[in-house]
Amino acid sequence: MTSISIAHPQTLEAVETTTNGKYAIEVKDLNVYYGDFRAVKNVNLKIERQKITAMIGPSGCGKSTVLRAFNRMNDLVPSARVQGEILFHGHNIYDPGVDSVQVRKWIGMVFQKPNPFPKSIYENVAWGARINGYRGSMDDLVEQALRGAALWDEVNDKLQQSGLSLSGGQQQRLCIARTIAVKPDIILMDEPASALDPIATLRIEELMRELAQQYTIIVVTHNMQQAARVSDYTAFFTMNEDRAGYLMEFGNTSQIFTNPKEKVTEDYITGRFG
Amino acid sequence: MSRETLDNKTRYLLDQILVLDSMVENSTLDAVEALKRHDIESARRIYAYDSQINAKRFEIEQDTMITIATQQPIMAHDLRLMASILEVVSELERMGDYAKGIARVTMMIGSEPHIKPLVDIPRMAAKAVDMLHRAIGAFVTGDAETARVIPDEDDEIDDLYNQVYRELVAIMFTKPAAIDQANYLMWAAHNLERLGDRVSNICERTIYVVTGQLKELAASDDQMDKS
Repeated sequence: MTSISIAHPQTLEAVETTTNGKYAIEVKDLNVYYGDFRAVKNVNLKIERQKITAMIGPSGCGKSTVLRAFNRMNDLVPSARVQGEILFHGHNIYDPGVDSVQVRKWIGMVFQKPNPFPKSIYENVAWGARINGYRGSMDDLVEQALRGAALWDEVNDKLQQSGLSLSGGQQQRLCIARTIAVKPDIILMDEPASALDPIATLRIEELMRELAQQYTIIVVTHNMQQAARVSDYTAFFTMNEDRAGYLMEFGNTSQIFTNPKEKVTEDYITGRFG
Repeated sequence: MSRETLDNKTRYLLDQILVLDSMVENSTLDAVEALKRHDIESARRIYAYDSQINAKRFEIEQDTMITIATQQPIMAHDLRLMASILEVVSELERMGDYAKGIARVTMMIGSEPHIKPLVDIPRMAAKAVDMLHRAIGAFVTGDAETARVIPDEDDEIDDLYNQVYRELVAIMFTKPAAIDQANYLMWAAHNLERLGDRVSNICERTIYVVTGQLKELAASDDQMDKS
C-alpha cells in the first residue's frame, strides 16, 4: 500500500489517498471536446489495480484521447475540454486546483515513438527524480529503474553513453525506466511497440507483464494480438456517425477475444472493419 | 484489413467438409446395403474406401492448419470455427471407421444366411445418415437452432438399437450356433448407435461456433447402461 498526495497549489493542502482499493481509476461520464467537436462521449470505465487494461478500436475512436485524459495530457491542447470525472484512487484528477504535474508523476506515460532525451542513459533515468527533488542515492535509483525496465544488463557498462545510441527497443525500455524512476502508480502506454521489430515487441510485452506485478498498466494498441497476449482486460472503443468515440464493450480479455457480446466488437477483432 | 482470402478459404474448407460428409454417408448406407445383401465384393470396396476417407480428413486438417497459420483467424467466431472444423473432420473420420467395421461384419458373415431378417439395422442406418446430413448442413450454414434439436432424434436410434440388442440376445440363448453371427450383427448395430452419438457431437460444435457456449446436448456414452 502506497500513500499518495496530489498537491493543491492554491491552498497547498494535499489530497491524501492510498492505493489499496480495487480500482486504480474510475471514469465517470467522461466527455472530451476539442473546441465544439466531441471526441469522446459518455465513457464509464473502471481500471483494476495491478492489471493490464488494453484499449482497442479503429482510428479516431477516441482511445488515445481517453488515455491522455488519464494523466491530463489533454491540458496541453488549448482547445481540449474535459467533462465528467476521472477518479484516481477515489480523487477526481480534474478537481479545480489539482496539480497536473503531480498527476503525471503518479500516472506516467510511455509514447509510441521512443523519445529519450539527447543525454546520457544515466541522465535520462535520473532526470524525473532530480526535478522532483529526490534525495536518495541516484545511482541506486538509476540501477533499480533500469533493472525494472529489463535494460540494466545491456547498458550497465555504458551509462554515460547517449540514450540515442541505443536500439529502438532499448530506447523504449529506457523510456519505461525513466517513467518508473519517479515511482508512479499507473503507467499509460500509447502504442508502445508499434515502432519496434517483432523481437523488441515481445520484450516490451514480457516487460509489461513483469511491471504489472507492481504497477497498473493501461495500453492503447492497434495490434489486437498484442492486446490478446498481454492484457487482463480489454476495452473496445468505436465511434458514432458524428465521429464521437465511445466505449462499446469492456470485459476480460479472454472473453472479448473468444466470445465478445457485441457484434461490432466481433466485426472489429475479426478484421471486418477498422 | 482484407478478409477476402480468409473468407474464401473458410468457404473452401466448409465445402470440403460437405465432400467428406457425403463420402461417409455413402459409405455407411452402402455398407448396410452390402450387409443386407451378403454383397462381399461391395463390402471389400467399402472396407478399402475408408483409406480415402482418412486421406480426405487429413487433407482438410492440413488445409485448416495452413489457413490458421497464414490467415490467422484467431479471434472469436473465426477461431471457434477453425477449432470446430478440426473436431468435425475427426468425428466424420471415425464415422467412416464405423462403416468400415460394418463392411468387415459382412465379410465375416460371408454367405451364411442371416439369423434374422435385417430390418432395424437398415432403419438405424437411414435415420443416422439422415441426422448426419442435416447436422453437417447446420454446421456449414451456422444454423444453431437446427443443431439444437437434432440430438433429440437420437432416441429413435437408441430405441432401435435396444430392440436389435434384445432380439440378438434372445437368439443367442435359443440358438448357440448363431452366437458368432449375433455378435457380428450386434457390432454393426453398435457402430450405427455410436454414429448417432457422434452426430450429437457435431451439433454441439455448431452451437459452440455460433454462440461460444460449449454444452453437452445429449448423453452419448450411456447406451450400455440403458440396455
